[in-house]
Amino acid sequence: MRHFLSLLCAATLLALTLPAQAGPTQDLLQEHAALINKASRKTIQPAIDALAASGLPSAQTVLQKWQNKDMWLRKEDGLFFWAEEITGKTFRLYDFDTAAPVGDFDKAALKQLKPNSGVRAMIGAALVQFQLSDPDPARRLAALTAIQRDAEPSHLAPLRASIAGESDPAIKARKQQLLTLLTIRFATDTPTRVAAIQSIATDISLDTRAALNSLLTSKIVFNPPDSANTGARITPGDPGLSVEAAFDLMVAAGVAAPLPTPDQRRAVLSENIAGGKVGGIPLARLNSQPARDRAYAALNPDWSPNMTKATVVADQPFFQVFAEPSKEVTDAARDALKSIETRVALNQALDLALDGISLASIFFLAAIGLAITFGVMGVINMAHGEFIMMGAYTGYVVQQFVPNYTVSILIALPLAFLVTFAAGVAMERLVIRHLYNRPLETLLATFGISIALQQIAKNIFGTQARPLTAPAWLDGAWILNDVVSISYIRIAIFALALIFLCVFLFIMKRTRLGLETRAVTQNPRMAASMGINPDRVNMLTFGLGSGIAGIAGVAIGLFAKVTSELGSDYIVQSFMTVVVGGVGNIWGTLAGAAMIGFLQKGIEWMNPSNTLAAQTYMIIFIIIFIQFRPRGIIALKGRAAGD
Amino acid sequence: MTRSLFARNPSVLVFLACLGLFTLGVTALSEALGTGMISTSFVKTLGKTLSLSLIALAMDLVWGYTGILSLGHFAFFGLGGYMIGMWLMYERTRDIVVTSMANADIPPTPQEITDAIGNQIFGVVGGSDFPLIWAFSHSLALQLILVVAVPGLLALVFGWLAFRSRVTGVYLSILTQAMTLALALYLFQNDSGLRGNNGLSGLQNLPGLDDVPQSVVSLWFFWASALALGLGYLFAAWVVSGKFGSVLRGIRDDEARVRFLGYSVEGYKLFIFTVTAVISGIAGALYYPQAGIINPAEIAPIASIYLAVWVAIGGRGRLYGAVIGAAFVSLVSTWFTGGQVPSIPLGFYTIDWVDWWQVVLGLSFVLVTLFAPKGIGGLFDYFTGRKPPNRHGKDLGPGSGSLKEQEAEA
Repeated sequence: MRHFLSLLCAATLLALTLPAQAGPTQDLLQEHAALINKASRKTIQPAIDALAASGLPSAQTVLQKWQNKDMWLRKEDGLFFWAEEITGKTFRLYDFDTAAPVGDFDKAALKQLKPNSGVRAMIGAALVQFQLSDPDPARRLAALTAIQRDAEPSHLAPLRASIAGESDPAIKARKQQLLTLLTIRFATDTPTRVAAIQSIATDISLDTRAALNSLLTSKIVFNPPDSANTGARITPGDPGLSVEAAFDLMVAAGVAAPLPTPDQRRAVLSENIAGGKVGGIPLARLNSQPARDRAYAALNPDWSPNMTKATVVADQPFFQVFAEPSKEVTDAARDALKSIETRVALNQALDLALDGISLASIFFLAAIGLAITFGVMGVINMAHGEFIMMGAYTGYVVQQFVPNYTVSILIALPLAFLVTFAAGVAMERLVIRHLYNRPLETLLATFGISIALQQIAKNIFGTQARPLTAPAWLDGAWILNDVVSISYIRIAIFALALIFLCVFLFIMKRTRLGLETRAVTQNPRMAASMGINPDRVNMLTFGLGSGIAGIAGVAIGLFAKVTSELGSDYIVQSFMTVVVGGVGNIWGTLAGAAMIGFLQKGIEWMNPSNTLAAQTYMIIFIIIFIQFRPRGIIALKGRAAGD
Repeated sequence: MTRSLFARNPSVLVFLACLGLFTLGVTALSEALGTGMISTSFVKTLGKTLSLSLIALAMDLVWGYTGILSLGHFAFFGLGGYMIGMWLMYERTRDIVVTSMANADIPPTPQEITDAIGNQIFGVVGGSDFPLIWAFSHSLALQLILVVAVPGLLALVFGWLAFRSRVTGVYLSILTQAMTLALALYLFQNDSGLRGNNGLSGLQNLPGLDDVPQSVVSLWFFWASALALGLGYLFAAWVVSGKFGSVLRGIRDDEARVRFLGYSVEGYKLFIFTVTAVISGIAGALYYPQAGIINPAEIAPIASIYLAVWVAIGGRGRLYGAVIGAAFVSLVSTWFTGGQVPSIPLGFYTIDWVDWWQVVLGLSFVLVTLFAPKGIGGLFDYFTGRKPPNRHGKDLGPGSGSLKEQEAEA
């Protein structure tokens, strides 16, 4: 007994004297020792707040160590330290205030504090204010992202405090944006929130729009109380509120009694069959709705067929009610959102234009070879799509041998040209040469080649899509803002289309081959008299057109799946491009590609869920367009136009 | 002009006799009425082949005789199939629904029946309401009119637009191909009202005739196809003989001259385009109940090009050539792609005809175009002794009108 007393005495003494020798952090911890020892998510908040608000230099260390389960309690005196494992059993304790080692202790003399995940999350939230002013910019950014993901009213003050000391302008801008968003959500006085809303009325980022939209979340309420922040009155039957939904609201409010559906009424009728009759009406006559209604009314006298949901809900007060109680805030948010939406629409138009340009470049790439063989030579080559496919497969085969994607693309481009050039020359020599001046036969013969080539590709490479991988530097996208972005691969295709345009113009206008080609196209006999060999010129020109199709194939294969049907997907559009643009003129092809590309994107924009419909309407548009300009956008005039 | 059609064209009688003998022969060998040497599925194949011959006949009229290479006639064929398919599907589903509802204790209302049919038919594309285009699907007579009217009207509008603006030659071919593609893409959508890429199925079952075995039904369709082909052949022969046929051939050979002679080229073209579209629609309405299923893939542009292939291989510009081409190529295709032809082992590689038949078809098509522009039908000229002037020889110049070597010497 005496022993016990003296022990108690010593313990009391120890408890009384300890604060004198410990630093301020230890004092604070001791003050909340009970809470910390039995940390639970419901009770721990005061302790964390006290630490976070203490302004002590070691507060961040305490929170971090605590969160990482590195804070230990020395059993003999109840003091808190952070510990480092020396050996399996021995831990070295460090003081929080001085960061100096206190000594090595056996594990048995210590108790590890293991906050559960809920508490650790709360500690994490409290750590935010320290992370916001962390010297490492990456951690500051991470803290901002964490706040953005899971914002709380408590973040507002530390965020505002951290802005003044921020040195990085980019992070500072982000902090300010976040502060505005948090102010809108959590500030207590309405004028501050309205001012914050008005300040972001020009910001089109997704975060801003999400924040404003969440302010405007509303539901439709039947007969809302006067205190509610109500918006527009809703008539049942409008898109936002069906008659059924309106009726259900009234039933839920206890104003209306539920009406039986036709199916329920039918079930009631079949339950009440008595002697081949229901409600006095023979069963055989119940095959029409009015007869059934009479039978049901006979069974349930308070029901009449005139009682429909539509009559019940008509002229009843249904209002949109905002979750946000302040009307000024919702009004400001609606105004801001409206002005933002105008800007978003402008940016979407820009984005759509970029998409249109990129689609136009793809069509142009696919069609430019055709512009040579069909447009200049007048040879209709239905196997042109298969040359595109051959180019794409060449790229695929090269990638099987050259693992470096950049090098393999650089090899594949000229190789695809060579392969399809050879194929084109062979085809011209073997088939097309015999069919000049018989365009329909040319169409059919080249179509025969097309199905043969397609099937051969299927036999060699199989029916599944083969990957043609773009080099890593073409991955990703050029992002202007949250609305406008375009992938690098599409920019590359645009550049490639431009290069092809220049190459085409150079060859046609500045080289001997181009001169001879134009001469042979315009008047083969005269050209032959001038010493030009029309056979050779035709062969080379056809080879050139086919070779360009091969290069286009590599480019198209980079973003589309390489299958044996790759070419046939593009052939009709390619012919359309050339025909719409105007045969025999490269600028016409360019105009045709631009028109088809923009048109298709435009139709898709009007009906975004349905690309099939977009293609259908585009083709119909083209058929009608041909009515008015049968020779295309840029028609050759005079003798060059032929017939 | 006093001589009858048959006297002027003895080949018509020969053809009709052959067709009649063929029909009798198949009937005698069929499972339903004869010895059973020909299986029901093969009777269906033969019936389908006859329908394909009918559309080949239409193609020959429009391409071989008038020179319009239409790559869109299979779209009309498919539309005809869809029109008859709508009635078949509606009526059969209605039978099933009415039977299943008859067990309920309360008789169903007409509205309930319609809703249940809609659920059955459109459940697969996530709908249950009948689109507007199904408005007549309850009536066989109206749908039969639509079989003729829908392809005819589409051809009329399209042809009027195209011919009016003097779109000719390959431009017209590409334009018709685009039309086919647009139609196929449209039908591929689920909200087109024709069940998207599921298409219409179960068409081989005739509503109300569940007791009749398929072997008999297939024979009925075979007879109907043969009859339609015979009538179509007669009609085509009548159209191309006489002055009308001469104008058509004139348009094919030199459109501008015919126009300068005072004929309304556009009118003739529009007539022949529309009439052949109607024939195609009828052929489709006979084909798809035998095939049992129709979906938008059938309408894809490639099908119309195959049609041109058949006619070219058979020999365009002569009616029996088109029939022979369609029958020959489609039967041989069935044979090769059916996996019944033995593979050829080459040691290092085995030629599997299922894979390589397409290649052979494509290349043989090139060869026919290059070396035998008359096709299989040209063989008959050897028997009848008709020979063209021998124009072989080098061109004297690269222009289109230049004389050949031998001609210049003569």
